[in-house]
Amino acid sequence: MSEMKKYPAPVTNPETAAFWDAAKEGKFMIKRCTACGEAHYFPRSICPFCYSDETVWEQASGEGTIYTYSLMRKSPTGPYAIGYVTLKEGPSVQTNFVDCDLEKLKIGQKVKVVFKPTDGAPLPFFTPA
Amino acid sequence: MTIKGKAYIAGIYEHPTRHAPDKSTAQLHAEVAKGAIEDAGISKDDIDGYFCAGDAPGGAWPMVDYLGLNTKKLRHVDSTETGGCSYIIHLGHAAEAIAAGKCSIALVTLAGKPRTGAMPPRAAGAEVDFESAYGATTHNAYGMCAMRHMHDYGTTSEQLAWIKVAASHHAQYNPHAMLKDVVTVEDVLNSPMISDPLHRMDCCVVSDGGGALIVTTPEIAKSLKKPLVRLIGHGEAMKGPRGGKDLDLTYSAGVWSGPRAFEEAGITPKDIKYASIYDSFTITVLMQLEDLGFCKKGEGGKFVADGNLISGVGKLPFNTDGGGLCSNHPVNRGGMTKILEAVRQLRGEAHPKVQVKNCDLAIAHGTGGLLGVRHAASTAILERV
Repeated sequence: MSEMKKYPAPVTNPETAAFWDAAKEGKFMIKRCTACGEAHYFPRSICPFCYSDETVWEQASGEGTIYTYSLMRKSPTGPYAIGYVTLKEGPSVQTNFVDCDLEKLKIGQKVKVVFKPTDGAPLPFFTPA
Repeated sequence: MTIKGKAYIAGIYEHPTRHAPDKSTAQLHAEVAKGAIEDAGISKDDIDGYFCAGDAPGGAWPMVDYLGLNTKKLRHVDSTETGGCSYIIHLGHAAEAIAAGKCSIALVTLAGKPRTGAMPPRAAGAEVDFESAYGATTHNAYGMCAMRHMHDYGTTSEQLAWIKVAASHHAQYNPHAMLKDVVTVEDVLNSPMISDPLHRMDCCVVSDGGGALIVTTPEIAKSLKKPLVRLIGHGEAMKGPRGGKDLDLTYSAGVWSGPRAFEEAGITPKDIKYASIYDSFTITVLMQLEDLGFCKKGEGGKFVADGNLISGVGKLPFNTDGGGLCSNHPVNRGGMTKILEAVRQLRGEAHPKVQVKNCDLAIAHGTGGLLGVRHAASTAILERV
C-alpha cells in the first residue's frame, strides 16, 4: 500500500532549495545557527530563536525517537501514521512512519530517515531503526 | 488600558439549522446577522463595526456589501482569521475598538456549510513542503496530542469519554442538537477508532449553520431590553512547533490566553460558574481545562471523569447546549457557539434542565487551527451585570 502511495513533489523556493538538492543525494539536512548554536527544522534563513542570519546547513544523522504519533485508520490512500520525531540533533520534525507495522509504533521508539520518491525531490519519512 | 466592562454583548443568534442544502453560505451569514440584530433590538443601519473570518465568502468587503450594512456609518472592520477561535478573538477586538471609540455597535458573523458544500482549502504557510505530504488533519493532529498526553500523564480513553458523556447529557435538552441520545463511556470506547487514540465519539459533529453577535457600548446596551452581559477579560495567543525546539503537544496556547483573560477580569477559574470550552475533540476540552487552570496539568483526566462537567451534577458545568460533540460545529469552527451558550447561561436563557443557578460569571474559550501542529487560542470572561 505505502509503495503505491504517490506523494506530492515539493514546490521548493530559494530559501529551502539546498535541502531538496541534498535530499536527492539521500542527505537529510537541518539548519543550525552559528550565533546561538541552536538547530531548527524546517529550515529558515533567519534563526527562529535569536534572529541571527548566520544559519548554516548541516547534515543530520537522520536518527531520532518518536515523540508522538497517531494512526489514521482510514483515508483515500489507506491507513497512515503521522507523528513527530525528535532528532538526535534536537529539533522535532513532523513526518509519517513507513515501511513497518503501523500498529506497533511506540512513543520513544528509535527511528531513522528514509526518502520516498516524488515527481520532484524525494521526501523524508521515518521508519523503525 | 483595559477592555474590562467596556463592551457588552447585546445580541446573539444561533442558526437552528444543522443541514442547509438549500441555502448559500452568504445567506446563512445574513440570516444569523438578522437574528442577532433582532435579538439586540437595534437597526442594521446602526452597525458601525463588522467582524468576520475566513468563512465569510470573499472576506469583509463583499460581506459588508452583501449584508447591506450602512457604509456611511461603518467605520471599523476586522477579518482576523484564527480558525475556530476567530470569533472569540473578534469579541475581544470589538471590545478594543469600542473602548477606543472606533465603533459603537459591532456585528460578528460566522456561517458555512461543511456538510452540504465544499470548504475552502486552508492557505499554505512557509512549512508547506515540509508538512503537507504527511496528511495532518484535525483528527490525527489532535490524536497526536492525546497520545502524548496519555504517555506523559496516564490519561485514559475512559476519562476522555466522560467529556462526550457530559455533552450528551446536555444535548438531550437541545431540540436543535444533531446528536440527542445520551451516551455512556462504553458507547464512546466501542465506537470505531478514527485516529488513535481518538474514537468516533471523541470527535465533534460536522454541521452546517452559523451564529452572530452584537457587541456594543455599556450605554447602548443599557438602553436595550436584553439582560446585560459584559466582557470583563480577554486573551489571545498562538503556538506552533517553532523550529521543533522542546516540542510539547500536551499544552496549548490556552496557557497564555487564559491567564491574560483572568488577570484582566480580576478573577480566577474558581469563580467561574459555567464554562464553554471548545470541543472539537474530547482531548481539546481536557487540555484546555488544564491550560486555563481549572485543574493542574496532567490532572484533566481525573477532573472530567464521573460527570464533573454535567450541569447540576458536577463542579464545572460545560457546553450545556451539547457543544460541538453533540449539537453543532458550524463551518468546523466552534468559537462562536461557545460565546452564544455562555451568554444564554448568563442571561438565564439556557434550557431549564441545564441552566446554571445564579450564573454570573462564565468563560468562553476556543482554539483554532490544529492543536498538534500550529494553532491559536482565545479566552473571553463574561459577566452578568
